[in-house]
Amino acid sequence: MNIAKPNSYRSGPDERGHFGIFGGRFVAETLMPLILDLEKAYTEAKADPAFQAEMDGYLKNYVGRPSPLYFAERLTEHLGGAKIYLKREELNHTGSHKVNNVLGQIMLARRMGKKRIIAETGAGQHGVATATLCARFGLECIVYMGAVDVERQQPNVIRMEMLGATVMPVQSGTRTLKDAMNEALRDWVTNVHNTFYCIGTVAGPHPYPMLVRDFQSIIGNETKAQMQEIEGRLPDSLVACIGGGSNAMGLFHPFLDDPSVEIFGVEAAGHGLTQLHAASIAGGRPGVLHGNRTYLLMDADGQIQDAHSISAGLDYPGIGPEHSWLHEIGRVNYLSATDDEALAAFQLLSKLEGIIPALEPAHAIAKVMELAPKLPKDHLMVVNLSGRGDKDVPQVGDILKGKSK
Amino acid sequence: MTTRIDTRFAELKKQGRSAFVTFLMAGDPDPATSLEIIKALPKAGADVIEIGMPFTDPMADGPSIQAAGLRALKAGMTLKKTLELVRGFRKDDNATPIVLMGYYNPIYIYGVDKFLVDAKSAGVDGLIIVDLPPEEDEELCLPAMKAGLNFIRLATPTTDDKRLPAVLANTSGFVYYVSITGITGAAAADSSAVSEAVARIKRHTKLPVCVGFGIRTPETARSIASHANGAVVGTALVDALKSSLDAEGRATAKTVNAVAELTASLAQGVRGAQQAAE
Repeated sequence: MNIAKPNSYRSGPDERGHFGIFGGRFVAETLMPLILDLEKAYTEAKADPAFQAEMDGYLKNYVGRPSPLYFAERLTEHLGGAKIYLKREELNHTGSHKVNNVLGQIMLARRMGKKRIIAETGAGQHGVATATLCARFGLECIVYMGAVDVERQQPNVIRMEMLGATVMPVQSGTRTLKDAMNEALRDWVTNVHNTFYCIGTVAGPHPYPMLVRDFQSIIGNETKAQMQEIEGRLPDSLVACIGGGSNAMGLFHPFLDDPSVEIFGVEAAGHGLTQLHAASIAGGRPGVLHGNRTYLLMDADGQIQDAHSISAGLDYPGIGPEHSWLHEIGRVNYLSATDDEALAAFQLLSKLEGIIPALEPAHAIAKVMELAPKLPKDHLMVVNLSGRGDKDVPQVGDILKGKSK
Repeated sequence: MTTRIDTRFAELKKQGRSAFVTFLMAGDPDPATSLEIIKALPKAGADVIEIGMPFTDPMADGPSIQAAGLRALKAGMTLKKTLELVRGFRKDDNATPIVLMGYYNPIYIYGVDKFLVDAKSAGVDGLIIVDLPPEEDEELCLPAMKAGLNFIRLATPTTDDKRLPAVLANTSGFVYYVSITGITGAAAADSSAVSEAVARIKRHTKLPVCVGFGIRTPETARSIASHANGAVVGTALVDALKSSLDAEGRATAKTVNAVAELTASLAQGVRGAQQAAE
């Protein structure tokens, strides 16, 4: 693709919320005033040292940051190539990277005086993080979740309810994350005067992709400092899984202007790229949905197609707009891993390192299994272990039982 | 340039009455029945016809209109066939304004320039695209104006006086006031709040103001029409259509009449109202 390289890959979006042709604010008029208010509130918060100081306090003492950068010695030995480090986001309070962003957005909601928080969730990790911080700050919390996901992610549904949130099963469409997002937008349009929509990924109308990325960039910033301390230099490559792409954007963003660092995003190839999958970049094209222009899975008439992934958190027909831009401009390489590859990686990491990953980062591990053996032993590779697998244990257990029969 | 919409509102103004604007989904429950229904609307009293362009993910619509879109898609409806539907209607009616309403993605994928040429030649007069606020005017609004189509903007209770001029700047044909914050088919609009809002919008524009969302009965239609230049009814008509279908969701002998009868009774409600003073 012949697109001029920018001076910096980190300066986006522009003032209208665009990353190249991607991003923007494609929402109903009812929401526009609130989106403009949110942008203003975020700009003010960023300039307020008290906001950052308060966030830092909660990140340290409530979330448990910094998360470790762990040298996966047995995985490295097993694969016989690159030196593999795991960024341990699964050790955060609530069990995934999602809490970094939710903390930021809940602090913004409090600044804006909003008492009612809504969220959408696929695997439930974003829902659990939102329910947790709403409990902590005494805010009403409603989480929209596709009925299919409610079924396959029961442990997280129970957690959200224990935390005092109301989980709303969504029966429309494919009854997964896409439909949960539609319902959350409908709720927001209806209750816009008192409601803050806490979006779980780097997608949606501007300023969400930007502010979620900023709140998640702590992952990459810590990684940079930790790698410097452990190895005295930058990593050579980064790998992260992508649904909407928030854990990936958080790891990647601080490294985008370091040309020596190769970056890989891993989409969910489901049953395979020629069948049902959730790989928007590999199998989609630019379109407009959920407030932004980005790569989407759709048919020839622009109707959105069903996505499929074994991982409820990756089961979405789109991707964050900044990823679409990084793909077109060639800064990040987007790969994909199938359900079966992710399952194999899930088992390998569990057995070799004593770490049960969520099915989402198992997709990233699957590509590490492919990439690492071909690389020299002094190659430093960081994988974002974005969430832990507790929520997936019943589902994976059932699948493995079925396979052994 | 004068469009069918401008002409129609000028005529209604002369007659001293408000417009009755109907909304139905293109291709619901199937393309052939849909054309028959659309053709029956002017005789039943529709002054302006809005036709929904089906979309899988209609974020601002309630369950009724979402289901109508999915019925249409299942019956094979596409954007191209929606334009054919309009072309079919135009064979017998060259006066009733047709406004296409929907979401941007199918148009973006069709190709904006090609869509505008094809829509104009099919006999479309205006567009309402729910997810294109003024901040995204360059996408479709400005090219549509250039192509001679009206771009009708939604104004809502959250659109304050500061924002109204931006919303109205590139609006033509009429202004569509969404009387509630919420999705289509939700709670009924409060008549006095609507009257106040219409008056507020009219301080900023000479365009006709039509009001929609939450109008289901001839009484509400009459009351809204007395405060505005038009009343828009969608969900109630879509529900009437749906209740005429068989168990598999297919059209029956009653389908066209079910919509036409409700249209006629709502139109009577609107015609019973005096148009709001300018």
